[in-house]
Amino acid sequence: MLYRENGQFKTTYAADQQIFTIAQDRWFVIGVVAFAALIVPMLADEYMFRAILIPFLILSLAALGVNLLVGFCGQITLGAGAFMAVGAYAAYNFLIRIDGMPLVAALLLGGLTSAGMGILFGIPSLRVRGLYLAVATLAAQFFCDWAFLRIKWFTNDSSSGSVSVSELSMFGWVIDSPAEKYLFCLGFIVLFALIAANLTRATIGRQWMAIRDMDVAAEVIGIRPMYSKLSAFAVSSFFVGVAGALWGFVHLGSWEPAAFSVDRSFQLLFMVIIGGMGSILGSFFGAAFIVILPIFLNQFLPAIGSLVGITISTAAVSHAELIIFGSLIVFFLIVEPHGLARLWAIAKEKLRLWPFPH
Amino acid sequence: MGFFIETLIGGLMAGMLYSLVALGFVLIFKSSGVFNFAQGAMVLFAALAMARFSEWANHALGGDSLLLANLIAFVGAGLAMLFVAWAVERFVLRKLVNQEGATLLMVTLGITYVLEGVGQTIFGSEIYNIDVGMPKEPVMMLESMFEGGILINKEDFIAALIAAVLVGLLTLFFQKTPVGRALRAVADDHQAAQSIGIPLNRIWVIVWLVAGIVALVAGIIWGSKLGVQFSLATVALRALPVVILGGLTSVPGAIVGGLIIGVGEKLSEVYIGPMVGGGIEIWFAYVLALVFLLFRPQGLFGEKIINRV
Repeated sequence: MLYRENGQFKTTYAADQQIFTIAQDRWFVIGVVAFAALIVPMLADEYMFRAILIPFLILSLAALGVNLLVGFCGQITLGAGAFMAVGAYAAYNFLIRIDGMPLVAALLLGGLTSAGMGILFGIPSLRVRGLYLAVATLAAQFFCDWAFLRIKWFTNDSSSGSVSVSELSMFGWVIDSPAEKYLFCLGFIVLFALIAANLTRATIGRQWMAIRDMDVAAEVIGIRPMYSKLSAFAVSSFFVGVAGALWGFVHLGSWEPAAFSVDRSFQLLFMVIIGGMGSILGSFFGAAFIVILPIFLNQFLPAIGSLVGITISTAAVSHAELIIFGSLIVFFLIVEPHGLARLWAIAKEKLRLWPFPH
Repeated sequence: MGFFIETLIGGLMAGMLYSLVALGFVLIFKSSGVFNFAQGAMVLFAALAMARFSEWANHALGGDSLLLANLIAFVGAGLAMLFVAWAVERFVLRKLVNQEGATLLMVTLGITYVLEGVGQTIFGSEIYNIDVGMPKEPVMMLESMFEGGILINKEDFIAALIAAVLVGLLTLFFQKTPVGRALRAVADDHQAAQSIGIPLNRIWVIVWLVAGIVALVAGIIWGSKLGVQFSLATVALRALPVVILGGLTSVPGAIVGGLIIGVGEKLSEVYIGPMVGGGIEIWFAYVLALVFLLFRPQGLFGEKIINRV
């Protein structure tokens, strides 16, 4: 009833090709962004910002980047954490080594450096594919873990590879309260989501999808695999690198290489799988799920335990977390291989017909 | 010269240990097309089971016979791996017949978490010892040929021997037995194998059980060397370049790959490491594997990958 496209006629090509072709979608997304920008800062408290909202925003940006590569171009990567690290450390170096470097420029330059690394480690994708490629991307992960720990220049000669950024400011606006950090991240994520949406419906995105579906066939119809694959690696690493820089600068403040370990890479891949491969909305669902689940389990399991009269130790909780997390991944892959985004699509389909299903 | 050979032999021994873990990957991939990321978690699970069962059995027997306790523990841990194999087949693989490789890979990542969680919940998360009576003392060899001789760890030597025997047995199993042939058929095509009457479900239980036993052996050897602890699960990450280098479908490939990686790691650590600040073992293996991949995308001994449109 509410969600119905009847009467919305497209009379121009521009109308036919816009991102949200249905008015309800358009207004819904604008509404969500407005809600996130205006209402949420008033409602949320500091814990909410620090533990949930900021990590969610930054990780969804990273998941979006991984999704561009895995979901749209079909190249499995297990090295996303490395590109986050490259983004973070590169942005750090740009900020401290060049006087008067603006914050946003440093973040974007970090992303660009990460894109360069992405191209470098994407080269094997021209020769190897599938599972072999997944393992090849692990090389990036371990190499970066090592480089940031051992090569002192990257970390400005700090002993354990830990670095910190003291003050964040943009055009005289000092970003220090959690709400301000949240808004700063929100600005980035909205902008980047828009870029991603536009990329995926443009030539380049269509090329990625053709490569994903069958690379030999794509080559036959005139798509250059080298250009498409490497551009996917570059764009994806750019997104992930900016997310890494934000993660270091805004969320952590001070960090060490362990913040971007191989576990982070797996986590990002899970976000993409659970959220839905090849769906921009899915990246957000996936990130929300993975960020909130451990917090929820942490609160929920001891509560259940005390209800039946057992005290569950923290070790037991963390083990139970592993089990539940693993089972959920298996469950999702079996029941809904297309992820949460697919459930959303089904819900919308149902809404179109509701309340008269015929 | 003596030092070089010592490093070389050390590398070969370490390589055999990697091969043991890599074998588990190859077995499962060869016969079900699943890239089993959970192999490391299986090693951890098996080693934990072995360590705790042995401890309990020893306690129950009053500490009389270590051998008997270990035997009981080995059977017990084997049964635990059988249960894991059955559960994986029953609850996961059966529902994912004919899915893409990527989906199956991610499922095994999920299984990894479950196994790590369950293993530590049941068996505890401390550091345990496995004592199977492996000699620990090093021996000197070839003292007449080199100044000071060559130091070899007896334990490593026995481990390498066990790995070699295991590989021989597995090769026979794959090439000569009807079950082995059925496994290879399943690897080629799930549906086609099913259509000629191969019971897919039973085959999968068997293959995961075999991989579980290999994991158990690897877990015992690694565990008695390093102690059984959570970090054992990460040996899978060390063994991945081995599998890639040797080819995902080749049992001899896992061995040769293991040896190359083992030697490469040790030599690079000793001769290149000091120049760049050390600790390069981990990524060097991956880079080595990557370089090989650029020339042979299917690995050294893998079956040629043919793309059809």
